Amino acid sequence: MISFSQVSKRFPGGFEALRDVTFTIEAGEMAFVSGHSGAGKSTLLKMIAAIETPSSGSVVVNGQNIGKMSRTAVPYLRRNVGLVFQDHKLLFNRTAFENVMLPLHIAGFDPTEGARRVRAALDKVGLLNREKAFPVALSGGEQQRLCIARAIVNRPSILLADEPTGNLDANYAHDILEMFKSFNQVGVTILIATPDPTAAREWKARLLTLNHGALAA
Amino acid sequence: MRIWLIHHRQAAALVLRQFARTPVATFLTMLVIAVSLSLPAGLYALLKNVNDLASLAHGEPQITLVLASSANSSAIDDIRARLQKYADIAEVRFISREQGLQELNKDVGLGEITAGLEKNPLPDIFTVRSTHHDAESIVRLQKELQALPKVDAALLDEAWAKRLEALLGLGQKAVLILAILLGFALVVITGNTVRLQILSARDEIEVSKLIGATDPFVRRPFLYHGALQGLCGGILAWAIVAITFHLLNDNVGKLTDLYSFSFLLTLPSTTDIAGLLIFGALLGWLGAYLSVGRHLREVEPH
Repeated sequence: MISFSQVSKRFPGGFEALRDVTFTIEAGEMAFVSGHSGAGKSTLLKMIAAIETPSSGSVVVNGQNIGKMSRTAVPYLRRNVGLVFQDHKLLFNRTAFENVMLPLHIAGFDPTEGARRVRAALDKVGLLNREKAFPVALSGGEQQRLCIARAIVNRPSILLADEPTGNLDANYAHDILEMFKSFNQVGVTILIATPDPTAAREWKARLLTLNHGALAA
Repeated sequence: MRIWLIHHRQAAALVLRQFARTPVATFLTMLVIAVSLSLPAGLYALLKNVNDLASLAHGEPQITLVLASSANSSAIDDIRARLQKYADIAEVRFISREQGLQELNKDVGLGEITAGLEKNPLPDIFTVRSTHHDAESIVRLQKELQALPKVDAALLDEAWAKRLEALLGLGQKAVLILAILLGFALVVITGNTVRLQILSARDEIEVSKLIGATDPFVRRPFLYHGALQGLCGGILAWAIVAITFHLLNDNVGKLTDLYSFSFLLTLPSTTDIAGLLIFGALLGWLGAYLSVGRHLREVEPH
């Protein structure tokens, strides 16, 4: 499903974000990537969504080689990869409903069928009663859940979350991880970046630890 | 196909909502486009009117055959028969020397002078109208007629025809150059408004790309924006021309009354209007396309 083979990433200026990283995540697996700030967690997740390309080595996602993909194929890969951002990246001039509708709109869904799916996704994250609210009217935790609803509405096979619980208190963080676990139980491959390695133990998930861009054994 | 239609409808709806959100700015931009379109469009329409006016005032250019004084009535009949056989002669009129004298007395009011003449100094003449309207074929016909027997001279107000043609040619070229220059301005104006649109929609574009939007999907609303803006500019330009002509017609009416014929400026034909609107929409689309091409890659997610 996700396979890194001897992947390195050097940014212009010489900073090496990833060094010789090799791992494979099977379909339906749930894994955590942990490491200190700047260890390369975000870069690793971005490569899976083809936001960054490797400087050397190969990244294969759903059978497609990220480094060798044509520009026109990238959007179709991304439709199959749900992204949850630490800063949510919500559109503030659209309601909660419209924010979640956006991926379906892009994929060309029938509006009626789309609306049904949007409500199902909002229901899953517990925001069904806030569908008409604008993101500014939502709390930090609610914004994060809205971002999750947007990531899952297109029923992707892979869900990537970059520090999804970063700004949340412990209870809230627990709820969010519970949610990811339930998605994993219906077969979604999940990769979560977090600075805190204890979560993986708590959720009995696989843990990849990055240290200055290299994968610790 | 269905998806494609949905996408296009949504892009158009999005643009209309944008227009509705900033009505004043949108209207002003369209007005600027309209002004730059109305100049060549108005001049073009005016030029067509000048053309009409010229042929109305002068009639079609005609050739006058001055017959030799030795031409008797059988020679005249012979010439008439020959003239009627020409395929490119539309109309032949004979004016005998007596008729000529009468017309001179009546029309021009030279009665007192002609009354003093001992004998009629006028020749018999034929006036001939060509089926052609361009100076070249008329001149060719004139040369042919000149060669007929018993014809002293075939006179053509050639200078007039050529002058008009040259003048109209000049006008047409001026309109063309103006249209190109202002068309370029229109592309730049549209490109700039679309650039501002892209900048203000930065977040939206970035997020859309992150969740799987293709380039055509991202581009589409901006192309609609440009084309629609150009189209509305074209409609406004037509309105400007129509209003201007309406205002001018008051004076044109008074002026032509003084010259004792009636003439009013006529508005561009439906084909010309359709051309104007398509031209506006196409240039708007082009401006948007160039601008989106330049700026869209700057908004790459990272």
